[in-house]
Amino acid sequence: MAIKHAEEYRDPDIAAMLIRKIHQTSQKPVRLMEVCGTHTMAIFRHGIRQVIPDHISLLSGPGCPVCVTTQQEIDTFIALTGLEKTIVATFGDLMRVPGTESSLQKERACGKDIRMVYSTFDALDLAKKNPDKKIIFLGVGFETTAPTIAASIICACREGINNYFVYSSHKRVTPALFALMEDEDVNIDGLILPGHVSVIIGTDAYRPLFDKYHLPCAVAGFEPADILKGISSLIDQIESQHPRLDNTYPRAVTAGGNKKAEAMLQHVFENTDTEWRGLGTIPQSGLKIREVFEAFDAQKVFAVKVPKFKEPRGCACGNVLKGTLTPPDCPLYSKLCTPTSPVGPCMVSSEGTCSAYYRYHSNSL
Amino acid sequence: MKSDKILLDHGSGGKASHQLICEILLPVFDSVTPADLDDGAILDIGGTRLAFSTDSFVVDPIFFPGGCIGDLAINGTVNDIAMCGGTPLYLSVGLIIEEGFPVEDLNRILYEMKRAAQKADIQIVTGDTKVVSKGAVDKIFINTSGIGIIEDGTHISGQNARPGDKVLISGAIAEHGMTILSHREGLKFESSLVSDTASLNHMVKKMLSVSKKIHVLRDPTRGGVGTTLNEIALQSKVGIQIYEHLIPIKPAVAAICELLGFDPLYVANEGKLIAVVPADDAEKVLSAIKENEFGKDACFIGNVVDEHPEQVFMTTRIGGQRIVDMLAGEQLPRIC
Repeated sequence: MAIKHAEEYRDPDIAAMLIRKIHQTSQKPVRLMEVCGTHTMAIFRHGIRQVIPDHISLLSGPGCPVCVTTQQEIDTFIALTGLEKTIVATFGDLMRVPGTESSLQKERACGKDIRMVYSTFDALDLAKKNPDKKIIFLGVGFETTAPTIAASIICACREGINNYFVYSSHKRVTPALFALMEDEDVNIDGLILPGHVSVIIGTDAYRPLFDKYHLPCAVAGFEPADILKGISSLIDQIESQHPRLDNTYPRAVTAGGNKKAEAMLQHVFENTDTEWRGLGTIPQSGLKIREVFEAFDAQKVFAVKVPKFKEPRGCACGNVLKGTLTPPDCPLYSKLCTPTSPVGPCMVSSEGTCSAYYRYHSNSL
Repeated sequence: MKSDKILLDHGSGGKASHQLICEILLPVFDSVTPADLDDGAILDIGGTRLAFSTDSFVVDPIFFPGGCIGDLAINGTVNDIAMCGGTPLYLSVGLIIEEGFPVEDLNRILYEMKRAAQKADIQIVTGDTKVVSKGAVDKIFINTSGIGIIEDGTHISGQNARPGDKVLISGAIAEHGMTILSHREGLKFESSLVSDTASLNHMVKKMLSVSKKIHVLRDPTRGGVGTTLNEIALQSKVGIQIYEHLIPIKPAVAAICELLGFDPLYVANEGKLIAVVPADDAEKVLSAIKENEFGKDACFIGNVVDEHPEQVFMTTRIGGQRIVDMLAGEQLPRIC
């Protein structure tokens, strides 16, 4: 198989060099936010916190797609599984997310036809193989996954597949960053920007944000040396008081991004105001299917109504997603809210901040 | 248990499985306690100690690179007996077959079972077959049970790990689980992965011949190495410290894990064992493992420690530290 492993970015010697540099440069306490859930996980898995100075705080942002999907949407997904002659196709992360009464996993146990797929094209295949069924794909994710879902809709349109539908709950990263910056409770000194999303949107997409707020920014990859490079860049920028929009992941990310993917995304989706769990409605931060493709838009085709949902009492996910609280500050954390019985969204996804803390963090570390 | 329905998570081998066993099964069958949850039961019958174990096999696909459900069913139970320190002798086989199942496939499975039994030097002495209507099982399910004799002086249990012991593994991890996953419907990439299914009784025999002081033997099947080490830490009330850079994993396995967001520490193995051995005997036990055809890549991966009892910690490649918790439920591929 032709996947080249990122071995050199795990080299302990290279990591040691970066760690030394961070220790030498860093003088004052700083709060850095990693926006992306994959970064949160990688920081724990590589044990990054223990090798950098204690006065560098790493906070998680709103970059776990499952975590920011509203309970209303989850309830809608579950309601869709009850439609006649329907197969609901989803990426794995969503299976366990609790709705008000149930979860996709529990509905599957009750006999609903819910398929876990690895690619949206598997969902399209399901549509081809089951012409008498309606296939609804649950589109959750950021700009990383949205282009492949756009491609599947274009493909379905071209091939005349009329039993394939997408429920789009896609979100865009940059409007959420603007919303964070405008929130007066949020107090961060630098942003570790997501690697995968940036492959698609390019570093130029962050330019308006940077020009407005002049906050140190570094796009980073996910191997230990990648993350340390990102942190090192931010510390340099902060200590020298010269904020930049730095790309520390040039082997994957360019200034312009992936134009083809971006074009496909724009062709199928348009921006819309959307609600983020814990953060509220953020203007132009969602992606809805354009009218010309409305035949594939599950939101338009299937009229499923679910009651308005109230956030669980005491759940601090909103503050955790903004980096104003860390998971152990939440009264429910590890007591009422655990990965096997999650209350809030940050405990559900494997990339959720609370789930990562629960799995990898210990008071003795 | 919070759920009122059995979910696939309850079969994952991790925390949810433990909940099912400890909260639903053990209260009914109260002859077993959680501390007794080794790979098999150890029975004293007229002064002879027997290891007795059972396992059911429901793997999908039934044929996969490196093996099939047949040899897997033999090796699985042979290994469970071997992990009790027993020499496996006799096996029973129960087949539950879906109507319409091709006889040719059944034959292929049976011959693989025969071959695996011969290789492990055990005899299949009794069995049962059931055929059920279409859809009542998925193609074929197999149960095997087995017994073996434990020699005097051999005392192996998940409760026996002691601070100062060394933790050994017999080879590269996560091969079976990722092979199965990459051959399931829906995953369309070519890979060179091969399941590691193998019987380890000859390896264990050799290990026991060089040291009677082996404390714990476990085959890290469902739930993987991470979950198995947690079980040992819990049963023995000790801490375990492992080192990321020492854990053997083939690049192709690591790459697929990464692609799907799976942690290889929680992926199933079917031909690997973990041994916890007093430091004095660790070298000779390691050499004994390496002599076996399935143990060539065996190595030391960590220590049993006084600190952080009932928890497993891992020193990462860059010198950081993380908890290795027990798997919560089935690992799910991530969105991005």
